[in-house]
Amino acid sequence: MSASRAPRSPWLPKLVVAPTFLISFLFIYGLMAWNGYLSLSASRLLPNYEFVGLDQYRALFDNERWWLALSNLGLFGALFIGGAMAVGLLLAILLDQKIRGEGVLRTVYLYPMALSFIVTGTAWKWILNPGLGIEHLMQQWGFESFSFGWLVDPDMAIYCVVIAGVWQSAGFVMALFLAGLRGIDDSIIKAAQVDGASLPRIYWRIIIPTLRPVFFSTLMVVAHIAIKSFDLVMALTAGGPGYATDLPATFMYTMAFSRGQIGLGAASATVMLATIAAIVVPYLYSELRSKQ
Amino acid sequence: MSHTLSPSPAGSRHLTAQRLLLWAVLLVFAFFFLLPLYVMVSTSLKSMDEVRSGTLLSVPLSPSLDAWSKAWHSACTGTDCGGLKPFFMNSVLMVVPAVLISTALGAINGYVLTKWRFRGSELLFGLLLFGVFMPMQVVLLPMSQVLGALGIASSVWGLILVHILAGMPSTTLFFRNYYAGLPDELIKAATLDGASFWQIFWRIVVPLSTPILVVTLIWQFTSIWNDFLYGVVFSGADSKPITVGLNNLANTSSSVKEYNVDMAAALIAALPTLVVYIVAGKYFVRGLTAGAVKG
Repeated sequence: MSASRAPRSPWLPKLVVAPTFLISFLFIYGLMAWNGYLSLSASRLLPNYEFVGLDQYRALFDNERWWLALSNLGLFGALFIGGAMAVGLLLAILLDQKIRGEGVLRTVYLYPMALSFIVTGTAWKWILNPGLGIEHLMQQWGFESFSFGWLVDPDMAIYCVVIAGVWQSAGFVMALFLAGLRGIDDSIIKAAQVDGASLPRIYWRIIIPTLRPVFFSTLMVVAHIAIKSFDLVMALTAGGPGYATDLPATFMYTMAFSRGQIGLGAASATVMLATIAAIVVPYLYSELRSKQ
Repeated sequence: MSHTLSPSPAGSRHLTAQRLLLWAVLLVFAFFFLLPLYVMVSTSLKSMDEVRSGTLLSVPLSPSLDAWSKAWHSACTGTDCGGLKPFFMNSVLMVVPAVLISTALGAINGYVLTKWRFRGSELLFGLLLFGVFMPMQVVLLPMSQVLGALGIASSVWGLILVHILAGMPSTTLFFRNYYAGLPDELIKAATLDGASFWQIFWRIVVPLSTPILVVTLIWQFTSIWNDFLYGVVFSGADSKPITVGLNNLANTSSSVKEYNVDMAAALIAALPTLVVYIVAGKYFVRGLTAGAVKG
């Protein structure tokens, strides 16, 4: 009877993945805990394991620059997420109208996603720069008094980061929505058309609501790009002018690696982790649940 | 396979105005997305005199590759003036092993997690999956201590290790989702025939993996090549990757800002991933969507 034969070497698969999982968990959770401990220590220039409780967090939330980084993240996050989602959804819907040359257009919309944020930042820094960029172009075109100094204006520089961020990520959102649109059953739409519903109405009442799961996972991904944003700011404004465009990620980097404030940097990283975990853990939980 | 929202047979004529508007919007966006690329290419072909006298959009009148050659050989990044070439080489040395190893480990993990499931394997996967999302800021400080203790701080080896560890959750996710679609009967039949764990992997699973292999290789290549955070934190003077080189070059405050060299440098840094995107765009998009739609 073959049923009496135990599966061959059931220990082997476990043994094979044990080292990689062990090292991965040490990397993810071990370092996470270590960072958590650093955030409770008095570390400054060098790690120092003297326990000081929540002092670093107190210092962090007394720090004006941290609050600016948080409010920048709120502003940047809202505009970046909103902008990328809106442009992405619009392009996906338009591309779904049986466009000749859809492949070419899709390639054009999506290529920025293949670039590094550093490349994007470098390019936009040149385009938006007040001396020879757009300002110069408009002046040459006859708009003598045109001035465009957002990149060096502490109040406006964050919007430059938004523009470059949306430019880079909108095509990605488009690709996700387009995949979702292609998965919708034709017959629902045909039925609505037979009933005489107009196209915008069909989209608004039928198609967009059925895209809710795609909407949700796209939002997840874009929100998490926003919270982790680092490269783009470093390349475009380096957090400046002054620290006007600091985000939590650049704040953490500055404190931990150039200001000799390791404890404070670790505390800010923990706050970032908590924020992302609050968004992602329920999502992962429901995804894995629904799969079973 | 677009679902039908095209003009119905009866009303195909009066919809042309709508189609025109549709095309206008699509082309305006195409222009918006292509503009920076055009500006980068045309600026990189101009001399600085021409950059100053022309505009962002003006076509280079006497195109030359001087800026490219300067970006590659002799542009200054900080105090060092050797161009981007050494940084590019560091990136190549880092990318090749990191991509291959993280992909191979992801394939094995995915194989075990789908075809040799054991008690708790789903939980392990869930725990690993959090690694896809966690903000890497949280590992930077302790990891620099670990790399120091291992004696590979500030080296390409340290960067390779970090990229493998950071990439494994994604590669495991990709392969797991793909292998979940391979019929279990295939494995059962092979087991009954006496094939071993590794024989099944090499003879049956790997030959069926080409699409997901391509997706994962491209995904890992793009993310590791484009990484800046690990590069800037964990590299030393001789192991900085291309993104760090570019950022240093573009932010070096010399007396005269050479935008043409900056743009040539940015294009040099972008070329490998752009080429991959153009050659294998289909797989690139699949990776993006596979990375986003989990479970």
